[in-house]
Amino acid sequence: MKVIKVENLSKLYYLGGAKHNSLRDAIAGFVKNPRRDKKNELWALKDVSFEVADGEALGIIGRNGAGKSTLLKILSRITKPTRGTAEIRGRIGSLLEVGTGFHSELSGRENIFLNGAILGMKRAEIEAKFEEIVAFSEIEKFIDTPVKHYSSGMYMRLAFSVAAHLEPEILIVDEVLAVGDVAFQKKCLNKMRDVGRTGRTVLFVSHDMQAVSRLCSRAIWLKDGKLVKSGETGAVINQYLHEQSQSGAEKSWETAEKAPGNEFTRLRRVRVCDAEGKTTAALDIRRSIGIEMTYEVLQGGKVLIPNFHFYNEQGVCIFISHDWSGEWRERPRETGEYTSTCRIPPNFLADGNISVKVAVSTYLPLEVHFVESDAVSFNVVDSFEGDAARGDYGGPMPGVVRPILDWETKFSKS
Amino acid sequence: MSSETEKSAETTYIKPASGWLNLDLKDLWTYRELLYFLTWRDVKVRYKQTAIGVLWAVLQPVLTTAIFTVIFSTFARFESQRVPYPLFVLSGFLIWLFVFNSISFAANSLVGNSNLVTKIYFPRLIVPFSATLSGLFDLLFSFAVLAVLMIYYVSQNAVTLSWQILCAPFFILLAILLTVSLGNLFSALNVRFRDVKFALPFALQVWMFASPVFYPPEILSEKARFVLAFNPLTGILQGFRASLFGESYDWLTIGISAAMTVVLMVLSLFVFKRMEDDFADLI
Repeated sequence: MKVIKVENLSKLYYLGGAKHNSLRDAIAGFVKNPRRDKKNELWALKDVSFEVADGEALGIIGRNGAGKSTLLKILSRITKPTRGTAEIRGRIGSLLEVGTGFHSELSGRENIFLNGAILGMKRAEIEAKFEEIVAFSEIEKFIDTPVKHYSSGMYMRLAFSVAAHLEPEILIVDEVLAVGDVAFQKKCLNKMRDVGRTGRTVLFVSHDMQAVSRLCSRAIWLKDGKLVKSGETGAVINQYLHEQSQSGAEKSWETAEKAPGNEFTRLRRVRVCDAEGKTTAALDIRRSIGIEMTYEVLQGGKVLIPNFHFYNEQGVCIFISHDWSGEWRERPRETGEYTSTCRIPPNFLADGNISVKVAVSTYLPLEVHFVESDAVSFNVVDSFEGDAARGDYGGPMPGVVRPILDWETKFSKS
Repeated sequence: MSSETEKSAETTYIKPASGWLNLDLKDLWTYRELLYFLTWRDVKVRYKQTAIGVLWAVLQPVLTTAIFTVIFSTFARFESQRVPYPLFVLSGFLIWLFVFNSISFAANSLVGNSNLVTKIYFPRLIVPFSATLSGLFDLLFSFAVLAVLMIYYVSQNAVTLSWQILCAPFFILLAILLTVSLGNLFSALNVRFRDVKFALPFALQVWMFASPVFYPPEILSEKARFVLAFNPLTGILQGFRASLFGESYDWLTIGISAAMTVVLMVLSLFVFKRMEDDFADLI
């Protein structure tokens, strides 16, 4: 049986000044109606159709701004579609955020009741589950303390505990698992999986592909408001990741005006390549990675130092590298085009998505000629064949680097 | 658990806004517990971290009554006054304070609860409703002061009680309906036009002086009283006082006030429902 039927769902937003926030704008709006202005239109969602069967867990993936949240907002009845319809059979519970409506002045106990009511639980239902919620949150001792005195971790644990005990027939969840410490996240994920097992239908939006593939049997991929692919989770995620990696490996600036730079030098192209020099965004952890920038020197006479900054998904700067080698370190540049390549050795970075910031500077005195954040990005893919740093270990490995180091174990028989 | 076995038959249809007015009272009824919890939250939070707590609800009208009694008994005396002035002021000011506080509070309620409005579905009317209801809590508290003052003046034979006091709740109900209507209206308008936040305090101040809160309408000219009668609060205040002090009712003024209240109620519901669909996108 299909419990969710979505047909041609579309949502149009008007950007900038289209809707009035003050009386004066409204009056001005009568004279010149910005609604008619096609340039201001943004289809956050365009003709999206899909169905979800009873008891099925559907993952919704896509980049930021692809329309995932808009879709959930429409299905949660927070906002209405511009066109199209949806039919949902069963009691809906939506979690677009945990701790919605929490009040900092109220105690944990009071917030459980308030938040429960906001999420659509009946008072009797909350009372029946109260002990369970408190136990799950692990904050029994502070249940009568105002939540403003809670640490952010305690706050999120309490908030999630209420949410986790919601028992709707259809659960709509938006990325709420990205909170709390790792152990608690895991507990929540397991709880959600149990929810899925008890025959409830789940709609789940997340950037965490691992969570999506663990929870959902089917997935849909949204891109620029349109549904690109739907089907078995693994296949959809693969295609999505593939496209993601294609887009980030190379960036070039066609016209000089748009390119980052100043009167001395200007960036023209950045790319990520593998050991053979082929442009790619998917790089084997066991091979070297090349980052290459091409830049134009417009005025000669300056010493220029190209540099790369590497960031992981959490925004942590893993390291910075600049051209320290002898040849260009003290030698003023002539006008012309240069290409500088930095090589990251094999078995160095941990797996995951790495974003690269590109800059060219002069050091004595310090002068930054251009800086381009997120110029390119690439994925380091770990090897499970036993020849990488992880060896035979198959679980998650924290850390920003994953080097192969020398080990020595001494043995003496007792 | 019973909720795990039974499958509810409810089906939600999501479609673009139709332009037709759908009050959806059934939905409002389904969410009645949320109304209760939001009201409870507002009451609970209002006097948090104050030293004297809910006594403020009593102190505000008492102090105002004292100030006005001093001013008007020293500088300007209302000759036509039959009821002792402190009682007269307090009885009107209690109602006014409720109207003023509740409308101000309700007007900012949707914007103030934007985190709820953008993250979860529930009938939006509940938000300004609960804001008004929480104001009612203060009103009930301050009635204690009125009761004390009434008992004092009755014991002094300055006022006489009559069966009419049983009609007082009717006028309070009318005041609640009026407040709810205007609270809804301004809360919705405030989502789109933040001008409301700045204009409302002035408008309410003007309204107070255009209402017989501190003065009896008898001191005004015939013409001014006719205009004043179209202020829905006039009939409510007059009717409330007439009930307390056993005076005769001015049915015409009361009728106009009741009619105006009903009109405002319909209008505010209409405006609210028309604007409701865009709240989450605009807020």
